[in-house]
Amino acid sequence: MRSPRLHRSTPDSAPEPLQDRALENLRFIRDTMAGASAFTGVPGWGGVGMGVSAIGAAWIAHQQPTVERWLLTWIAEGWLAFAIGGVAMVRKSAAGETPLTSRAGRRFLLAYVPPILAAAVLTLVLYRAGMTALLPGLWLLLYGAAVTTGGAMSVPVVPVMGACFMLVGVVALFLPANAGDLSMALGFGLLHIGFGGWIARRYGG
Amino acid sequence: MAKSNAARKAAGAAAASGGKPQLTGVTGGRASLAPDLDKVIHERVRLAIVSALAVNPSLSFNELKSLLTITDGNLSVHARKLEDAGYIDCLKSFAGRVPKTEYRLTPAGRRALERYLAHMEALIRMARGS
Repeated sequence: MRSPRLHRSTPDSAPEPLQDRALENLRFIRDTMAGASAFTGVPGWGGVGMGVSAIGAAWIAHQQPTVERWLLTWIAEGWLAFAIGGVAMVRKSAAGETPLTSRAGRRFLLAYVPPILAAAVLTLVLYRAGMTALLPGLWLLLYGAAVTTGGAMSVPVVPVMGACFMLVGVVALFLPANAGDLSMALGFGLLHIGFGGWIARRYGG
Repeated sequence: MAKSNAARKAAGAAAASGGKPQLTGVTGGRASLAPDLDKVIHERVRLAIVSALAVNPSLSFNELKSLLTITDGNLSVHARKLEDAGYIDCLKSFAGRVPKTEYRLTPAGRRALERYLAHMEALIRMARGS
C-alpha cells in the first residue's frame, strides 16, 4: 500500500499559487482515500454459486471412467466457476465503492491472477507426467494462495478464506488419490458456500 | 458507506476537473476564503487521517500508522487533536491482553472534510474565473 506524501512540496524561492496548492490538496485526499480503500468486490452470493457448482462437479467427476474425462469435468467446472465468480465480482464492484478498475481492484487482480496461471501450467505438466492424483491438492493450494494474496487488498475475511483453501489443499496432497473429489467438494464446495454466505451477509452480495 | 463514496467522488472529480462540483458553504471573494480554512484538518497528517477514515468504517492505530508511514508519537499527537475537535472517535479495547485503539470518523469530521473539499474547489474555481 503506497503511503501518501505527508509533506507539501513548496519551493523555497517562489510561493506556490493558491489554486495549485488547492489542487495538490485535492489530489492528496483522493490518493489517500484510494490507498486506504479495501477492495470490497469479492462476491458473496457468487461464491455460494461457485460452491454449489463445485459440489455438483465433484459428484459428476467421481463417476467418470477415465482420467481424461475426470480432468475435463473439472476444467469445465473451472470455467463455469470463473464465469459465475467473474460476473458476480464485476456486478458487485460496479455497484459498490471500488470498481475493478480502481487502484484497489487492480491490485487485487494483480495479486490474484499469478497463482491461478501457475495452477493452469502445473495442471498441464502434471497431466503429462501422469501425476493427476496430485491435482486436487495443487488446485486447492494455489487457489488458496490466489485468494490469500488477493485478499490482502480486501476485507479481512478473504485472506482467512484463502488460508482455509490452502489448508485443505495441503491435507489433500497427503490423502489417497480416490479422496481427491471429496477434497474438492469440501474445499471448492463447502468453503465457498460457507465464506460466500458470510461475505454476503457481512459485506453485501 | 454512501457518504464515504460521496466524499471520494467529490475529491476525485474536483482533482480531475479542477472543481466543477457545486460549492456549499463557501461564499465571497478571495479575502473571505482564507479565514474560513479549517486549520485542524488542513495539516497534512490530520488531513490524511480524516481522508483514510472517510473510506473505512474504522481503522486501528496500527493500520493508520502503517498506511501513513508515521511514528507512534506523531500519529498519537495528531489523532488527539482531531479527537479534541470532535472529528474522530477513539475506541480503546483489549484483544486478549493486547490493548487496541480504533478510530472512527464522526459526522462532524465528515462534514469538516466535505467543507474542506468545497473550500479547495472554491479556490480553484476562483482562480480559473479570474
